Amino acid sequence: MGIVTPGFEGRPRAGAPNLPPGQYLTPDFPVLSAGPTPKVPRETWEFVISTETGMEYRWSWDEMMALPQEAPTVDIHCVTRWSKLGTTWQGVSLDTLLDGIDTVADYALAHSYGGYSSNLPLGDLRDGRAWLVHTYDGGDLPAEHGGPARLLVPHLYFWKSAKWVRGIRLMSEDSPGFWETAGYHDYGDPWREQRYQGD
Amino acid sequence: MRWLPARLVERRVETPTAQTLVLEVPGWPAHLPGQHVDIRLTAPDGYQAARSYSLAAPADGDRIELTVQRVPDGEVSPFLIETYREGDPVEVRGPVGGWFIWRPAQTDPVLLVAGGSGVVPLMAMVRARRAAGSRAPFRLIYSVRTPTDVFYADELRRRVRDDAGLDVAFVYTRAAPEGWQGEPHRLNLADVNTHGWPPDLEPLVYVCGPTGFVETVSDLLVGLGHPARRVRTERFGPTG
Amino acid sequence: MTALPYVDGNMLDGPLGEVFAVDLSTATGRCAHCGTASPVAGLRVYSHAPGLVARCPTCVEVMLRLVRAPDRAWLDLRGATFLRFPMPPERTLIR
Repeated sequence: MGIVTPGFEGRPRAGAPNLPPGQYLTPDFPVLSAGPTPKVPRETWEFVISTETGMEYRWSWDEMMALPQEAPTVDIHCVTRWSKLGTTWQGVSLDTLLDGIDTVADYALAHSYGGYSSNLPLGDLRDGRAWLVHTYDGGDLPAEHGGPARLLVPHLYFWKSAKWVRGIRLMSEDSPGFWETAGYHDYGDPWREQRYQGD
Repeated sequence: MRWLPARLVERRVETPTAQTLVLEVPGWPAHLPGQHVDIRLTAPDGYQAARSYSLAAPADGDRIELTVQRVPDGEVSPFLIETYREGDPVEVRGPVGGWFIWRPAQTDPVLLVAGGSGVVPLMAMVRARRAAGSRAPFRLIYSVRTPTDVFYADELRRRVRDDAGLDVAFVYTRAAPEGWQGEPHRLNLADVNTHGWPPDLEPLVYVCGPTGFVETVSDLLVGLGHPARRVRTERFGPTG
Repeated sequence: MTALPYVDGNMLDGPLGEVFAVDLSTATGRCAHCGTASPVAGLRVYSHAPGLVARCPTCVEVMLRLVRAPDRAWLDLRGATFLRFPMPPERTLIR
């Protein structure tokens, strides 16, 4: 530990019971980016789920919008320690997208326009815990927050909720994504503070 | 590079939202104008926050100066400006940066282009030039929102009078003082042409400011014929 | 003026100074993707992120990533085929 500077508290860190350990509350929606923001027109946007046997399932923007829509209100937790409570989204449940897809895969790799990727167990995309979202706070999801569409998996650290998502690869073996190959945790449960590999 | 303990010894108000902090850092190694320093604050529970600040003045024994612009809702800059008291400790690491530096032995003409608080490392160069008795011709173009946002205003006025071979031109983006020619505007090609050096004098150019400003200015300079390798840039983002 | 989300490679000096004994700010790196060699100080660094991501100024592919945990650091250089550092001349033995 460094030398304590009197009077310095930093951002408020403890408090709310719905705040995971080591997180602080923010009223803002900070923009984090590991690269330039890709511009993806809806006309050419597509979403692809590919299975471990090489089958591919594709949705155009209009096909995705024609699926049953949900409006989750969730808390989100970024590994850089900010949390935002009660965020409102609209999109399609991954249960809907995965319905009827023949797979015995255990793992998923979300991959994005612009080259980003993130891995998680396929089970964490099921049971009403993950969405492909296109609307935030009542408006189109802004590009800097992952629009036209991003993944939303709020029970894991927010880097798992890939911005500008273009597809999900279903795999028998786990394959680390962009941050997971550089030290971040393969699962990333904020309540167990699984920030880095080995946590 | 180690974190060194430092203490606040003096504070100077530059603008309503910016202050210069003078820190004493026992064992501080010398630094070059243009370099910066990382400052680390630790809370009683061990929480830490670190930020990078340009050094505003040339090396002076164990003393270093940085000018801090208060970032609204920032975590570190409001603390440094409003709460941090003389005598209290922080930790510093540095000096860092071996690219965006001016060495007093250089004799080439120098063009400095500052956007807002990007003037800080450029001021270190202006001060080092005089301190070293350098005769390298210097021109500073300083883009700033309004006259009250100018850092080091009195000192710049004095130096333009006393430091032979130093020219300073202001470009105001929101509100200009009386007597300033023209309307407030974003720095443009005509400003760089009028107040800079022509490319055939082969000046060294240092541009510092927010990323968008630096992007625009370095495009203008390269478009005028300045070789990209002679245009050194330092962009900063809005971390508070 | 649009707020662009990256800064210069200059800012890597402090964080990488914890890892390297040499001054990286004067180093040159070659991009594994497009082959351009650029000063490390001129890379585009995205720092509003879980780690530092330094991208080639020519093709914008990732050249270097640094993730700092409280007690560990990960440095990923797969996007750079080399880093070249200026060094003091090696002393030659006179026989």
